Amino acid sequence: MILPFLIIIPLLAAFLITLISGEKDNWAIVLSVLAEMSLLTLALFSFFTTGNDTFIYEMSGWKIPLTICLVQDALSGFMLVIVNLIALTSLMFSISYIRQYSSPWKYYALFMLLITGMNGVIATGDIFNLFVFMEIALFAAYALVAFGAKAEEYEAAFKYAVMGSISSTLILLGIGILYASTSTLTMANIAAELQTKSPQVTHWVAAVFMVGFGLKSAVMPFHAWLPDAHSSAPAPISSMLSGVLIKALGIYAIIRIFFNIFGAPPVFLTIFMVLGSISIIIASYLALGQWDLKRLLAYSSISQIGFILLGLGIGTKLAILGAVFHILNHAIFKSLLFYNAGAVEMALGTRDLRKMGNLRGALPVTTSTSMIASLSVAGLPPFNGFFSKLIIIIAAVQSQHIAYAIIAVIGSLLTLAYFMKVQRYGFHGETVVSEIKKPVSLGMKSAMIILAVLCVVASILIIPGIREITMDPVVSVIMSKTGYVQSVIGR
Amino acid sequence: MKQTEGMTLIVKTVTRISVWLILLYGIYIILHGHLSPGGGFAGGVIIALAFLNVMLAYGRNFINRWVNIGFLHDIESSSAALFLAVGILGMAIGGGFLANFISHGKLYNLLSAGTIPVLNIIISAKVSMGLFVVVWTLSVFHLDKGGKDE
Repeated sequence: MILPFLIIIPLLAAFLITLISGEKDNWAIVLSVLAEMSLLTLALFSFFTTGNDTFIYEMSGWKIPLTICLVQDALSGFMLVIVNLIALTSLMFSISYIRQYSSPWKYYALFMLLITGMNGVIATGDIFNLFVFMEIALFAAYALVAFGAKAEEYEAAFKYAVMGSISSTLILLGIGILYASTSTLTMANIAAELQTKSPQVTHWVAAVFMVGFGLKSAVMPFHAWLPDAHSSAPAPISSMLSGVLIKALGIYAIIRIFFNIFGAPPVFLTIFMVLGSISIIIASYLALGQWDLKRLLAYSSISQIGFILLGLGIGTKLAILGAVFHILNHAIFKSLLFYNAGAVEMALGTRDLRKMGNLRGALPVTTSTSMIASLSVAGLPPFNGFFSKLIIIIAAVQSQHIAYAIIAVIGSLLTLAYFMKVQRYGFHGETVVSEIKKPVSLGMKSAMIILAVLCVVASILIIPGIREITMDPVVSVIMSKTGYVQSVIGR
Repeated sequence: MKQTEGMTLIVKTVTRISVWLILLYGIYIILHGHLSPGGGFAGGVIIALAFLNVMLAYGRNFINRWVNIGFLHDIESSSAALFLAVGILGMAIGGGFLANFISHGKLYNLLSAGTIPVLNIIISAKVSMGLFVVVWTLSVFHLDKGGKDE
């Protein structure tokens, strides 16, 4: 079984890095890149071998109601591939970027802990274990946000820590209520037990979880921490936070708990749609007014999370396909955009769009990849963002939610507007920039190019033959709702 | 004896006696973790408190002279790696991560319960060193005015 290794490898790498690193970060880089490459290989292998099956790993040789179990199905395989793909490119980008800070080896140890937490959240089948891994990922994230050690970064990390603690407390409260009423912590057993209990239990716990995981995924009324935290972190960490952390801890947990444990109660699907559409519109307006490139991207993340939540809320097969596809696409293009912002910040020393100008000559790779990413997030064909947004809009129309479809279209147009602003002022402005402070290194360039290629290549996942082996199993895990119970304990 | 750092002579003398009792109690809690309430985490916290007691009574410079913080840090990291190693051994021998692969022995004996006492000792090293290094770092940190105030 390979599931436990997805947690063991990064954890071991994290502690070995702290043991063997001296002042230099060479060994830390070697270890973390090796660990991450093996993780990506394992994740790809597990995703493509799983198909429609479910594999269970029981820890320490005990059997299921007594032990912590790890569950591998199409959904967790898909999320593991996304997390480890973005993490590998983020490491490539980090190598020269992080050397501008002091003691860079600490960064790699924390980075590996972040991966441990996210892989753990995705792989686990035990709800308290999910909470523990979530805390591991969050504590690594707080430290990484403050890694630059400036006053504003400490402030952002503190704000993040306060909001994170509030949401974790709520989630722990929800887990406590679930444990009190079902006497088990294994998610599949909880789901089976809840079917015999009064629906009030489900509704109360779901309300608490909605706020808790809503804070983690930063949907609109719960978003206040995100623009600070994501714009203050070093660029590769911003891309990890915006690209995968809010999805692994927020969206994935919401899918697992609301769909697979609670069986998607209709009232919460409506709440998803409402919160999703609020996020789409308001966050887009807020992004439109930003001049700080990374803050703009952070607001854009909130609005794209809104699209994912809207797709989940509509709840038809097509809409969930769109949401799942948008999870992948958003991870790719938002990480790429944060790399672009990081490269510009390193080369020019500014994130203010008004101070950038025309970068075509000075930073050709950054400028062209940012163009691809912007078109992709704005939803223009043939890039991947177009297809996922189109699917969500078509699904909304098909299921008679015309108003939501219109909101999604308006949100898409607003996205196009603020990314035109990014391109117009930031990368194709009037003043031609010829001098740069620090060159963009090969590792940073290749990370950007890989993701830019993926922006185009990911579109082929929508071709029916490929979709049937990649995304359809994921959608069927989500659609089968409490079919999860059957596949985990009904063996 | 000159009073240059730390607390008064009374506190120092009491600490000199009590720190061994605290350490002994911590070790007792760790070694009986599989038999009575407590265990690696609780015992580790008690051991860290013994160290902190010395630091409070004698001052930070005393600790810096007698203890190599880097070494404590290494103990902390390697205990985490050791924990994983025991887990992986369980996978190789006993059929699951962290499986209990040593003979369980007789109930209520000190040497029983297989790998659990071993894991308790590893956890106590991790927790005690981790907690002590955290507080030590906080005490150093106030000297160094980070941010914009420099």
